[in-house]
Amino acid sequence: MNARTLNRRLLGSRLVDSLVGPHGIDRYLELIRPTLTVFDARARVVAVEHQTERTVTLTIDPNGAFTGFRAGQFVKVGVEIDGVRRTRTYSPTISEYDVRLLELTITVREGGVVGSYLRSHARPGMTLHLSDAAGSFVMPAERPDRVALVSGGSGVTPVIAMLRTLVSEGYTGQIDFIHYGRRAADWLYKPAVEAIASAHPNVRVRYVATREGGERFSAGTLSRDAQVFVCGPPELIDAVRLEHPDAVAETFTPPTLDVSDEAASGTVRFLRSDVSREIAPGTLLEQAEASGLSPEHGCRMGICHGCTCTKQAGAVKNVLTGEVSAEEYEEIRICISVPVGDVALQL
Amino acid sequence: MPITYGNLTPEDIEALGAELDAIRDRVVAELGEPDLEYIRKLIKAQRGLELGGRALLEFGWLPPLWLAGTAALSVSKILDNMEIGHNVMHGQYDWTQIPELNSQSFEWDTACPGDQWRHSHNYVHHTYTNVHGLDRDIGYGILRISEEQEWNPYYLGNLIWATMLMLAFEWGVAVHDLESDQVLAGNKKLDRRMLKQIWKKGGSQALKDYVLFPLLAGPGAPFTFAGNFTANVVRNIWAFSIIFCGHFPEGVEEFSAEDQAGETRGEWYLRQMLGSANITGGPLFHIMSGNLSFQIEHHLFPDIPARRYASISEDVREICERYGLPYNKGPLHKQLFSVFKKLARLSLPTPGAVTRVPEPPSGGEGGPLDKSTTAGSEASAGPVREREPEPALA
Repeated sequence: MNARTLNRRLLGSRLVDSLVGPHGIDRYLELIRPTLTVFDARARVVAVEHQTERTVTLTIDPNGAFTGFRAGQFVKVGVEIDGVRRTRTYSPTISEYDVRLLELTITVREGGVVGSYLRSHARPGMTLHLSDAAGSFVMPAERPDRVALVSGGSGVTPVIAMLRTLVSEGYTGQIDFIHYGRRAADWLYKPAVEAIASAHPNVRVRYVATREGGERFSAGTLSRDAQVFVCGPPELIDAVRLEHPDAVAETFTPPTLDVSDEAASGTVRFLRSDVSREIAPGTLLEQAEASGLSPEHGCRMGICHGCTCTKQAGAVKNVLTGEVSAEEYEEIRICISVPVGDVALQL
Repeated sequence: MPITYGNLTPEDIEALGAELDAIRDRVVAELGEPDLEYIRKLIKAQRGLELGGRALLEFGWLPPLWLAGTAALSVSKILDNMEIGHNVMHGQYDWTQIPELNSQSFEWDTACPGDQWRHSHNYVHHTYTNVHGLDRDIGYGILRISEEQEWNPYYLGNLIWATMLMLAFEWGVAVHDLESDQVLAGNKKLDRRMLKQIWKKGGSQALKDYVLFPLLAGPGAPFTFAGNFTANVVRNIWAFSIIFCGHFPEGVEEFSAEDQAGETRGEWYLRQMLGSANITGGPLFHIMSGNLSFQIEHHLFPDIPARRYASISEDVREICERYGLPYNKGPLHKQLFSVFKKLARLSLPTPGAVTRVPEPPSGGEGGPLDKSTTAGSEASAGPVREREPEPALA
């Protein structure tokens, strides 16, 4: 047991908890240094790089509360911007065996608050808040004989972790790595991937610029017997699945916000209860009740905060102020919120 | 009957509501980094005072250290409960999306479980403020603080009960949501789950203050114990004083369930203004009172960070003047004296009031008649949880 673990055991003990209750030891430790927490996973930014004009790559030092990840998974990353903690999901891009320092590459989307903030404000010493890793876009423990890693745009991040993981465990099967970017200037991780390829003859690399005449994915791009892992926009995944129906895929669709005066349509998903319903008129509290759920609540007029719950994704409108918010992982009062489109609630 | 005041028409009341909504929107739009920095600075100060106070009390057998430690821990508990705990649990910092400042998961350094407080205070008291039979903060089920409460001989001890509540306030608050008066009167069943919650929270508070930290002091244990006990009592007296000045001074209005039923947002605002009173004082006093000295502003905007109330109060005062509404305020000693004068007056029967069959708040003593009378005359006081409120939301 090293000193760090011992420290964590001691500070996390029941006796200490009784002495520092009800707030808990982290609420005191963080006042000394934000990353000193023993239960809350946090990281300190140690290096900031800009691979392209639209990205920022952060090297971060997670504290002992971070429990690691499997290549391909994502972590929720929280960053405070003008007093508000914004949370986004990013896939670490390092080998899953090498978690002393994590690396994240963040792409700035149009109108994206967090990406553009980190692109211009991330500095060594900054604190980030992490969650446990999650996600099912992972490789089977028994590695396939032949692997193809296909990515489009910022979908490169989880497959970089897969590539680095395979290489670091001495995988000897064939690895085909194909990355699609709009322009050559958007390509991510090219020098790093080429360095891997030159050191490992079983790694073949192709970078394609789709808007500069590069050939899109089609039949024959990859050998049929490769297990494909693909991450990127839905069109790329569809194209891959056409040729490789058993491809393991993950897509990302940036949230679209379409606010019209017409009645909203879409689905409300209550994730914890595993219940979904088509959007009906009324507040989310009313719709939850109509679905047979009994969420905690009080005043039903927005003052007591008793119905506060986490909106994981989707846009809602505050009926008192008319304000629309599409923030991920946002605390909302469901008694004064109506859905504007698809909404997923942790309820 | 919807409430009104003076010559205000229903249209005036809705205009009043719209003006207050506009203040709310303006302030909410301004919230940002400085508000977060403020509460973090306060938390840092509180945790520092707490650690410092507890460290000094480990050497409590040295009188100057005992005094300094007890003072630091008292201030720490007051800050924790009022400017931090009460306000965070109201959702004043929910907009930050920071888990440790989340209203629904925050716990405070007092015997009352956060969940029960969120129900009895944020929901019941703030929704039904000063409505007889619905707002259980009127008399807390043990005091006579309003003429509307039927007198009975139990209330001869009004001042004694109030003093006892003051000294043991954290425990009074802890059992408040159990509605033990209703349980004793046979109107409600004892909620064992809630009782267990209180036992667990109150128990861990007592374990920390009265067993663990004294044991750490070794032979100095009695001094540490005494210091922790004193700090809890100081906090109790202070919190009681501030809170009782919020709604009980003379001139604060009370309402009936009929007044409240089906009210509009404007009427809800009006009721909050008429049913609350402020305490005047300097900036440090406001922080120590959790800005509950701005009780009127707090009741209008319970989930806006309390540091904003001082500046909001200027607009609210101006609105009150324009609409001819009272703005009840006074220094602490004056407001508190007013409260105790009222408690003394109400310990005796109200002259001219029609005396019906007495209803002792602790049932079982008044004979079989008692139960039916209570059930009959306080029908509206039925269990609030089951009530279907009609919000002002259109």
